[in-house]
Amino acid sequence: MKSDEVKVCILRIEGTNCEEETFAAFKEVGASPEKVHLKQLVGACPAELKRRLQDYHVLALPGGFSAGDYVRAGAIFAARMKSTLSLDLKKFVSTERPVIGICNGFQILVELGVLPGLDGVMSDEPQAALSTNASGRFECIPTLLKHENRGKSVFTRKIETGRVVMFPCAHAEGNFMLPSEKQERILDQLESEDQMVFRYVGPAGDYAGYPWNPNGSVRNIAGICNPAGNVLGLMPHPERVFHRCTHPDWTRSEMRPDGEGDGRAVFESALDYVRRKF
Amino acid sequence: MVLADVRIELKPGVADPEGQNTKKALELLGFQGIKGVRSIKLFEINLDMPKEEAKKACEEMCRKLLANPVIHNYRIDLK
Repeated sequence: MKSDEVKVCILRIEGTNCEEETFAAFKEVGASPEKVHLKQLVGACPAELKRRLQDYHVLALPGGFSAGDYVRAGAIFAARMKSTLSLDLKKFVSTERPVIGICNGFQILVELGVLPGLDGVMSDEPQAALSTNASGRFECIPTLLKHENRGKSVFTRKIETGRVVMFPCAHAEGNFMLPSEKQERILDQLESEDQMVFRYVGPAGDYAGYPWNPNGSVRNIAGICNPAGNVLGLMPHPERVFHRCTHPDWTRSEMRPDGEGDGRAVFESALDYVRRKF
Repeated sequence: MVLADVRIELKPGVADPEGQNTKKALELLGFQGIKGVRSIKLFEINLDMPKEEAKKACEEMCRKLLANPVIHNYRIDLK
């Protein structure tokens, strides 16, 4: 399949606000993205605007404050998807098409039960939570992430294992939590099953505390994938560092401003995977 | 008409930054003797149905949206 035949559904509802950057990132790597409102997928719109999820190869849930972040961040978007799009979504995920949730998108995937997806494609109830940051504040800072995936995640195959990248974060609810009685067992499972993708580190590459871990996440988790590797959720924003000139330190580095930013590889990896597979 | 109070609270042991920060702020304002502050969310839902049905509906609401079982306990009081 050619790059421009790869159709990307960038799904939004009211309050989504990172769809433009996410659209631009997929466009820049050569795919054909489209911004789609949830109502277009469930048919609550004029006929000419109707879309079908199965016509796309990639699903992207962008960042933002969907539905005002009321109840819990991502909960309303997830509940609406679950009640109207559950079968289509299960089919999309189980046919190993890539799904990425960035920031609010990660919160939505967790609330949907797609991540961590411990017993398959989508659980009936959430198996994890992205709770209020330990600092109690909205944290908007550059974060260093160690890429720990050993090859399962289709979104990070172009990033070497062990490499540290900088993606900025901007969230108030990013503290990854698991049921306390099963926490250690599930964390070990995520590690052994290669579902860990990104973990927050300090400048020395260690699993440092606040502010390097901006939200207090257990084991410094910043991003995880599902057991099949086609769904990635992460709190920091790769689309915001698509170009080198949006890295806060680019004027102090040797890199050209129009050079590649750290986030570009995420979009390239997904495109590459779809081109080979479909 | 049934008025349901749906109370969503964090499970014991789950960190409550809002409660902790509020406690700190109250202490900075000079309040003394505060042993703890917990933040709890309350939804008051007005339902036009019999009580038994209302209870079931509220439980379904908690399951589908209002609570995340990983971190929350919920309680429904009908008035």
